[in-house]
Amino acid sequence: MANTDGGWDKANLQNEAEFMDILEDQRHCSDLRFAFRTFSPPPYKGGPTCSTPELNRAVLDSQYLRYVIQEVAVETGSSLEEVRDEADKTLQEMSQNLQLRFIRLMAFTFRKVFKRLFSAIYVNMEGLNALQQAAQEFPVILMPNHRSYIDFLVVSYILFTYDIPLPVIAAGIPLAGMKMVGEILRRSGAFFIRRAIGSDKLYWAVLSEYVRTIVKSGFAPLEFFVEGLRSRTLKSLPPKLGMMHMVLEPFFKGEVYDVTLLPISISYDRVLEESLLAHELLGVPKPRESTTGLLKASKVLQESYGRMHVNFGRPLSVRKLCEGKINRCQYNLLPRDLPQKPNAEAQACTSWLAHLIVRIQEEGSLTSPWSLMACVLLQVPATALTEQGLLFDQLTEKTLWLRKLALDCGAHLSWPEKVSDSEVMSSTILLHHSIVYRKAGCVYLVRADEPERKHPISPEEDVMRTAAAFLMLASYRNQCLHVFVRPALLALAISITKSTQRDEIFTCFCFLQEVFSYEFIFIPGRSTQDFEEACSLLEKCKAAHVSQWEVTVSDTGLEVLSFLQELLKPFIDSYQLMFRVLCEERDGSFTEKEFLPAVRSVATKLIISGKLQTYEALSSDVQKNVLSAMRRLGAVTKIKTSESLEYKVNKSAVRRNADMLAGRIPPQIVQAVPDARL
Amino acid sequence: MKWNGWGYSDSRFLFNKKGQAEFTGKRYRLSGMIIPGLKDWMESTFGANLQHKTQATPALNSSAVQPPTLNEVFVEELKSTGIPFSHEAEDRVFRGHGHCLHEIFALREGKIGRVPDMVVWPSCHNDVVKIVELACKHNVCLIPYGGGTSVSSALECPPEETRSIVSLDTSQMNRILWIDEKNLTAHVESGIVGQDLERLLNESGYCTGHEPDSMEFSSLGGWVATRASGMKKNIYGNIEDLVVHIKMVTPRGVIEKSCQGPRMSTGPDIHHFILGSEGTLGVVTEVTIKIRPIPEYQKYGSVVFPSFEQGVACLREVARQRCAPASIRLMDNEQFKFGHALKPQVSSIFTSFLDGLKKFYITKFKGFDPNRLCVATLLFEGDREKVLQHEKQVYDIAAKFGGLAAGEDNGQRGYMLTFVIAYLRDLGMDYYVIGESFETSVPWDRVLDICRNVKARIVQECKDKGVQFPPLSTCRVTQTYDAGACVYFYFAFNYRGLSDPVHVYEQVEVGSALVLSHFFQPIMGKLRKEWMRETVSSVGMGMLKSVKDYVDPNNIFGNRNLL
Repeated sequence: MANTDGGWDKANLQNEAEFMDILEDQRHCSDLRFAFRTFSPPPYKGGPTCSTPELNRAVLDSQYLRYVIQEVAVETGSSLEEVRDEADKTLQEMSQNLQLRFIRLMAFTFRKVFKRLFSAIYVNMEGLNALQQAAQEFPVILMPNHRSYIDFLVVSYILFTYDIPLPVIAAGIPLAGMKMVGEILRRSGAFFIRRAIGSDKLYWAVLSEYVRTIVKSGFAPLEFFVEGLRSRTLKSLPPKLGMMHMVLEPFFKGEVYDVTLLPISISYDRVLEESLLAHELLGVPKPRESTTGLLKASKVLQESYGRMHVNFGRPLSVRKLCEGKINRCQYNLLPRDLPQKPNAEAQACTSWLAHLIVRIQEEGSLTSPWSLMACVLLQVPATALTEQGLLFDQLTEKTLWLRKLALDCGAHLSWPEKVSDSEVMSSTILLHHSIVYRKAGCVYLVRADEPERKHPISPEEDVMRTAAAFLMLASYRNQCLHVFVRPALLALAISITKSTQRDEIFTCFCFLQEVFSYEFIFIPGRSTQDFEEACSLLEKCKAAHVSQWEVTVSDTGLEVLSFLQELLKPFIDSYQLMFRVLCEERDGSFTEKEFLPAVRSVATKLIISGKLQTYEALSSDVQKNVLSAMRRLGAVTKIKTSESLEYKVNKSAVRRNADMLAGRIPPQIVQAVPDARL
Repeated sequence: MKWNGWGYSDSRFLFNKKGQAEFTGKRYRLSGMIIPGLKDWMESTFGANLQHKTQATPALNSSAVQPPTLNEVFVEELKSTGIPFSHEAEDRVFRGHGHCLHEIFALREGKIGRVPDMVVWPSCHNDVVKIVELACKHNVCLIPYGGGTSVSSALECPPEETRSIVSLDTSQMNRILWIDEKNLTAHVESGIVGQDLERLLNESGYCTGHEPDSMEFSSLGGWVATRASGMKKNIYGNIEDLVVHIKMVTPRGVIEKSCQGPRMSTGPDIHHFILGSEGTLGVVTEVTIKIRPIPEYQKYGSVVFPSFEQGVACLREVARQRCAPASIRLMDNEQFKFGHALKPQVSSIFTSFLDGLKKFYITKFKGFDPNRLCVATLLFEGDREKVLQHEKQVYDIAAKFGGLAAGEDNGQRGYMLTFVIAYLRDLGMDYYVIGESFETSVPWDRVLDICRNVKARIVQECKDKGVQFPPLSTCRVTQTYDAGACVYFYFAFNYRGLSDPVHVYEQVEVGSALVLSHFFQPIMGKLRKEWMRETVSSVGMGMLKSVKDYVDPNNIFGNRNLL
């Protein structure tokens, strides 16, 4: 099967990459001197590059845009000039204005900030070298994962340091609205995309032509976050396909020989926005991006955030990956400048590639000791953490056990070398003092300060005090979830089916993949390989024997299996809870605004009564994922009414899913509705 | 003629005792000249080394040729007709191949596969009728042979063929039967070779103007059978525009139209079953072809552009204004350098001084990057006055795209290159360099993309297949049409260190063909027939097949091209 994936398989991923601390390297040189270093990237061989005004001119003058402008003019009854002006304005709003001067300014500031925030920024030099080569040959698309605002310019910063052409970066339009900062970002290469584009034809046309022109002309490497958003849960998000398709189109149409995709995995020991994210998940709205907000946030800058790892993946040739996946003849019979909806094959290919990139990002990310500890801590009863405390030695022992399991599952660890394990544990707890603290040999969870009030706080408020810390913990666990997710789903399938029949377990495995399709990212059409991978990992950990017909649990594997099952338990519990809420909806229809608080209040009650062990049911992310998954499986449908979006529940379908998840009825493979997100 | 290389035996490139390249013979403008730049160019482009030479097998070893499978009754009856034939090894081997790289490479190594079992030389239409009748009667496989310049494996004998294979060599059918000066047509036997046809017509003050690059050796019948295109098609048209009447002998009988009307609306044109049929349906015996008075004036020219992109834009504009000269071609930078390397030694200091001055003007004064500039070669034909007017028009357009006139000499050398490049391949093969060319046609908006993508693919394939030096990967836009252009690619590489160079070469070629696969392939032959169905659709294939089944149910014309 490896062949059909264009040569991509696990073995291709770089193993123990050599990481270098770029801060260490630079601490000897003054910030100013660094900012004014000569920057001379090797030239692009594909032809001479153009200036920003030339680029914008080329976009506006393109046949494609001329065609769309004409169409829009006819549809709206406006004059050609008006529509053209509109397009011009859109482009002005969008366009980047990359200037080396501002990169220098950015480099100067960042260096100051980075040195304060991070103890080290590790970068794999091998990946950088490969990138430098690749950037000379074909258009390069830099595809980092997105976990923090820091991601945004750190890649440019590194490329500036190592003489690699600076990218233009797709950013959300709210950033452009920030005073000064927006302009600085623009001049550092950011271009801005509106959030809800919907059916604005002209906007789509300008954006897609802009992106395509950048790729075609090799103007600069293009950087974008294929997940579309910053992940609030530090877990990969289902990739967005619009931008991905724009980037691939020049290749599909033969306008470039090849496009190089470069997955980048950025891993943080500690994420700057951790508490902000947790509160957002609990329903506290995200503060709008503003310059004053940024300045206020400067107290965040007083803290220490440990290490950051930026792992540049191997350059991937789209041409090689797409071999046999797409027949490009379809683009021959229509002028390439005409707007053309991608057909099913192109969509499938785009989606496959996007998912593949996410998977590679996951595999390239590094698992920190803290992330492993978070897994362990979340398997301890909540009260133990808040009240009795967990013995430090016990935590250490279990974390070290998990470290071995993670290594067996192929994780890349960022476990500090040349330091004793107990020292690593202690320093990690210190680094994360916002979540845990150590007292008298025990580890406790940090709870939010009690608000000063006359009356004693209600149990509901008390739950919220704990919830933030738990959700933060869950996010850090999520950082390493991808390492365990396949074997864990298998372990879960074994326990749900209570069977040893391989095909029965496989069916359940596929069902779980479907149910959790928004929770964990799987490459479409690869269930069989995912299952085989899971089987071989469980065998490797000596947790199961796998034969052609059977999967049997081995006696030595109970610890591993129960750990893996426990790892996913918060999800199972949250999903079951929400299934119940859905089935209890009185009139069978509701809006998202009604659903989230309803779930939250039920969950809070259950947590207080001790019937629900996990706080994750409170997370709006999980809540939304359940809705999306149920929609995908046809158990919930979205209806557009005049005022708002309403959901309609098919209760029997939800109940069936709940029963299948609980193992009450054998799961059937559900034919999911194809994704219409492109 | 050479038996294992291109062209005349007396004309070849070699490195003389001083290590300088030289072209022997007297036939070409370059003949007898020293070419000082070639050695450096070969060394720097391919990493070739004069010390490392591979010798071709000097003479044909008859014992390497399989003894002929003869159909005795057929031979007996053929004898009684008095048509000459032969089953000498040399005659058979000579007609068993075209000029694909793998064919020539095998011959140089003395490897000989399946070849025709005998060769017949009909001298007129009626002879052909007799031969085809006999072949049908005795179930013998016929393969028509014209000039032998095929580059699509079309002359290769299908290895699975068990019948006796007879090569039908049309070379003795080489007369001009009549010239009709009122209608400006000539009726010519199909075996006549291009240069002879032009020479004989010139004697009467006429020409056809059909000049494919292979015209020294290729035949009229071959042009018809392969839908050949001529260099000067802008004035004279391609072969399908030139023919007025065709006579072809098929197993079902003779096919021809009953009139010579310049245009007919009597259903699909039956000529189009014949044009491009590649010897699968029958033998073309006689053709009525349009002729023109010899042009009064001919002038070469050339234009240098700062970049290939601008050159293509200029050609596009010329096509848009429909003012293309007899020929206009755009060579890319690599080919420009190649052409430069073929400059013969200049006789006087003055010329070399002038050359230096020109170079200085273009690169320093005008700021052209010597590694990006490219050159268009032009050929104008017609009345002197009109030519000069036309010339001005084209140069004015060129100037809009940054083009600078670069003189007649550069233009003429560009065209000469076409004729000698096939000889150069033999020189390359002496020094571990193998190369090949292929052609395609593309819509205007994709010309640049195709050029870039195919060249990139060649470079990458070579790298992937372990070729140690970067290959020469170059192209030129050879023809312009209203809706698109023809592009001709050359690629060559140094194969030292490869165990199976021809296989590598074939993979590279297939790789680049994949880039092209969705574009028109000019000649399918057997080499590219796997793309045929994809190109013309299944129904299209079915139509061709049903014609074949009707015309030649027993596959007498069994070269298995196309289908």
